[in-house]
Amino acid sequence: MFRRGNREPIGPLEYARRLHLRLLFFVTLVFLYAPIVVLVIFSFNDSRRGGNVIWRGFTTDYYVKAFNNESLMEAFANSLTIAFVCTLVSVVLGALTAVMLWRFRFPFKAGFEGAVALPIVIPEICMGVAMMVFFARSGISVPPDWGYPWNLGNITIAHIAFSFPFVAMVVRARLANFNRELEESAKDLGATEWQVFRDILIPHMRPGLVAGGLLAFTLSLDDFVITFFTSGPDTVTFPVKVYSMVRFSVTPEVNAASTVLILITLVLTALAIWLQNREKKETRQ
Amino acid sequence: MESWRRNPLVFAAIALPPAFWLVLFFLVPLGIVWLYSFGENIDLVTIETTWTLENYRRAGEPEIFTLFVRSLWLAGVATLVCLVVGFPIALVITTSSPKWKSWLLLLIILPFWTNLLIRTYALLNILGSRGRINEALGWLWEMGDGFLTIIGLGQLNLLGERFTPLTLLGNNFGVIFGLVYVALPFTVLPLYAALERMDRSYIEASLDLGAGQLRTFFSVIIPLASSGIVSAIIITFIPTLGSFLTPDLLGRGQVDMIANVIERQFKSANDWPFGAALSFILLYATFFALAARSLLAGRRGREDAEAF
Repeated sequence: MFRRGNREPIGPLEYARRLHLRLLFFVTLVFLYAPIVVLVIFSFNDSRRGGNVIWRGFTTDYYVKAFNNESLMEAFANSLTIAFVCTLVSVVLGALTAVMLWRFRFPFKAGFEGAVALPIVIPEICMGVAMMVFFARSGISVPPDWGYPWNLGNITIAHIAFSFPFVAMVVRARLANFNRELEESAKDLGATEWQVFRDILIPHMRPGLVAGGLLAFTLSLDDFVITFFTSGPDTVTFPVKVYSMVRFSVTPEVNAASTVLILITLVLTALAIWLQNREKKETRQ
Repeated sequence: MESWRRNPLVFAAIALPPAFWLVLFFLVPLGIVWLYSFGENIDLVTIETTWTLENYRRAGEPEIFTLFVRSLWLAGVATLVCLVVGFPIALVITTSSPKWKSWLLLLIILPFWTNLLIRTYALLNILGSRGRINEALGWLWEMGDGFLTIIGLGQLNLLGERFTPLTLLGNNFGVIFGLVYVALPFTVLPLYAALERMDRSYIEASLDLGAGQLRTFFSVIIPLASSGIVSAIIITFIPTLGSFLTPDLLGRGQVDMIANVIERQFKSANDWPFGAALSFILLYATFFALAARSLLAGRRGREDAEAF
C-alpha cells in the first residue's frame, strides 16, 4: 500500500498492470467461479424444498442423503467403472495410434489422420445418435441381461471411441521430441522390436501416457451427451442420473453430489499439474 | 519415418487395434446414420434406405429453417462475446509476470475441467426468477426505494409498485449467457497461444513511432494475432453450435437449438431418418467451418496453422 509511490510506472506493454484490464479479469473470474461457489455453499443449506432459494442454516444432511441414495451411488459407481476401463483401453489405443502416425509412412495416411481427429471435432450430439443407432440396429451390442459390469459395455465402447484420439494427440506431441538415435543404437546392439518398444519408447512416452490417461478419465467421467444416448434404464451414469434429477425435481442432494464430483475433478487436475511439474524438473536435471 | 513395407508385421500389430476400433465403433456408426438420412420409416422399427431426399427437403421447411438460423445466431453472438471478453483476458495473461502467468491461465482453464452438466446446473441457481441475480436486484430495489422514501419521493413510486424479477431463463439471454459461460475458457487458449508467440518489438515500434494504444491495438496487435483469432472463433463456434445441454436446461424448451431437435427425433418423436438428416447438416456445417479455418490459415503460411 505505502510503497505505491516507489513502484515503477506502468510500461506501455504491461497491460496486466492496467487497472481496467485487471478489473475485467477479476469480473471474468467472478463470472466463471461464482455459480460454482454458490452451488457448493447451497449444498450445505438446511432447506427442505428446492434448497436453492433461501439460506436457512448450515447442515451436512444432504451429503448423508446423497450417500444413502442407492440409485445415485450406483450411478456413481458405474461412472467410475466406465472411466477406469475407458482410461486403460484409451491409453493403449491412443499410444498405438501415436506411434503408428509418428513412425510409419503408409498409404492414405492423411485420410487416417483426419479420421482419428474426427471424434475430437464433430459435435457430441452427432456421435451420440450414431452410437445409439449403431447399438440398436447393427446387432453388435452387449445384451442387457449380462448383468453388471458387462452391461456397461456399450457406454464404455462409446467412451473409448471419443477418448483415445485425445490420448493419441497428447502422446504424439510427446513423441515429437524423441531422439531416434536411441532407437537405432538399441537395434544396433541387438534389441528386438518389442524390447525397443518396451524399454525405450514406453519410458519416453510415459508422461504423455499419464497426461493422456488423466484426460481420458476426466472426459469419460464428464460425458453427458454421448452417454445419454447409449445408456439404458439399468445403466445410468452419474451425469445422466443428475440430469434426470435436475429435470424432474430439484433436490438438494444434487448440490451435494455435484460438490463431491467437483472435488474429485479438482484433485485429478491438481494431480495432473503436480505430475507435469515433476516431469519438467526431471528433464531440467 | 519409415515405410510400412519394411516391417509389415510390426506395422500391423501397431495399426490394427486402433484402426479396428475407429472403423467399427466410429466410422461405421456414422455411416449408418448417413444411410438413414436417405431412408424412410417403413414401420416402427424398420428403416429402409430408399435414397430419398425428403428428409433433407424437410430441413428447408420454415420451422426447421428458423431453427437453423436461430442456432447460428445464438452460437454467433456467444462466440462474439467470448472473443470480446477473451481477448483482453489473454492479453492480461501474456503480459503478466512469469511467476503469475501459469496460475492466471490455470484459473481461466480450470472451470473447463469441471463437469459441463454441473456447471450448467449451477447457472440455474444464478439465473432463476428467485436466483442470485434477481435476489441482488431485489435488494438494490429495496435500497433504492428506501432512499427515495427518505428524500421524500416515496409516494411517486418511481421504481414501480413492487420489484418484478427479471426473466433470465427460457429466453435468448439465458442461453447465450450459458453458452458464453461454457465456451469462454476454450476461446482464451488459442488467443493466449497467438499473443504469446507475438514479437513484442512490433508493438514497441508502433508505440515509438507515435501510434496511440488504441491504434496500435487495432492496426498491429489484432492483425498479428489474426490466426489465433480465427482459431478461437472456430474452436468456440463449433461446439457452441452443436450444444445440447445449455439450451435444454437454460432455454427451458423455449429456445431450441439444432441438437435439441435432433435429440427429439431420436427419442420422443422416433423419426430417425429426419434426425439423421439434421445430424448430417450439422456435421456438414462443422466441416465447412473447419475447411474455412484451414483455408484462412493456409493463406498465412503453415507455421501459423500449426499454432493450435
